[in-house]
Amino acid sequence: MSYSVTVQELIDQLGRLPGIGPKSAQRVAFYLLKAPPEDALRLSRAIAEAKEKVSFCDRCFNLSEGGEECAICRDPRRESRLLCVVEDSQDIVAVERTQEFRGRYHVLQGAFSPIDGIGVDQLRVKELMTRVGEEDVEEVIVATNPNLEGEATAALLVKYLKPMGVRVTRLASGLPVGGDLEYADELTLGRALEGRQLLDAGDD
Amino acid sequence: MSLYRDQAVVLRAWKLGEADRIISLHTLDHGKVRGVGKGVRRTRSKFGSRLEPLSHVSIQLYRGRGDLDTITQVETIDRFGSLRADPDRFARAEAMLEAVEQVAQDREPDRALHMMLVRALSTLDRNDSALVMAGFFLKLLAHEGLQPQLDECVSCGAGEPLEAIDFNEGGVLCRNCRSGRPLSFEALQLLRRILGGDLGGVLAESTGPATGEVDLLATAILEHHLERRLRSVAVMDQTPG
Ligand SMILES: [Zn+2]
Ligand SMILES: [Zn+2]
Repeated sequence: MSYSVTVQELIDQLGRLPGIGPKSAQRVAFYLLKAPPEDALRLSRAIAEAKEKVSFCDRCFNLSEGGEECAICRDPRRESRLLCVVEDSQDIVAVERTQEFRGRYHVLQGAFSPIDGIGVDQLRVKELMTRVGEEDVEEVIVATNPNLEGEATAALLVKYLKPMGVRVTRLASGLPVGGDLEYADELTLGRALEGRQLLDAGDD
Repeated sequence: MSLYRDQAVVLRAWKLGEADRIISLHTLDHGKVRGVGKGVRRTRSKFGSRLEPLSHVSIQLYRGRGDLDTITQVETIDRFGSLRADPDRFARAEAMLEAVEQVAQDREPDRALHMMLVRALSTLDRNDSALVMAGFFLKLLAHEGLQPQLDECVSCGAGEPLEAIDFNEGGVLCRNCRSGRPLSFEALQLLRRILGGDLGGVLAESTGPATGEVDLLATAILEHHLERRLRSVAVMDQTPG
């Protein structure tokens, strides 16, 4: 049997969302159809409102609400000498949760992945270089994902930023806190060895 | 429905659901295989990092009823570390994976192709010559029986000088029959040596004026036969600003 045009349209639209296959799209569609009308309306209103009020920051490409620049870029207490580069806006939320970082951010909006057709032109690399040239950035901290694309992205940034004379650092990869050494895979353990730190006195 | 072991190069990986990945592999004995890595995106997964594209692995899979096999064990043979640290070589390596992904057939064993890919990746890991990828593409074409005819004019059979190459004609052409694109004598020599089995010798020499020409030609011939552009190659020439 086939669905009515209206139902099929809903399934098709849901199916275009990332991570949602045809089966999940069907499941969500039927959930929404069975749900009380106000639930479905709340969802549609939330989508419409977010699309209307939220845009990308002109400077760092983070999500920005109520302005051309995001709240972090507008905050004068943020140190401009430290710039943390991430793949996506979600990563900013993760770094902010640590409450360890007081600098600013730059969102690449993706990772270097030639096989997917994503290169320098598809990422916000040019804008990053402009910022490094114009703002008084002393250190760029590369906080890309600890996976293949993240590593390649870090190498790409080093290639273009090093010649500009700025210090480029990368987040240390290490062992998950709370885990057992014997369960670590060899790559993670290898990285942790590479990035080992001095345990001497004077290490404050 | 059975368990099997094999060696494989991870060609591509796609996210599946919350924590899984679909992995495209080129195996030594089972051709191109698609497998599911269950839970590999979780931080605690032991083999998530081993299933990233560009890895050469020893692997165990379970073949069920469907198209997708289930990956049950993975050990790293080589992860070609230098390729990740150099954006240009990384793009070239991905272009080779992309080409194999296009050419290889599902579950059709092709040991020669597999060995060629492993050898090319490990060469590129040690040698940053542009001709590693070009050499691989040309050998891939030869493997598929699509290598260009380089000995004499494909149209009239004349010998040197041969001054052009036309992919539609299938090879090189003399001055009178010329069509397609121009070909320098140095590039023709390089093409002949690579397809004649002397890629090792070519790579041992320092790059010359014809390197760029052969690099572009090899990609163009392959793309002509694939009837599509390689995305990884399109990304290579980008520079910011
Ligand atoms: Zn901002
Ligand atoms: Zn001729």
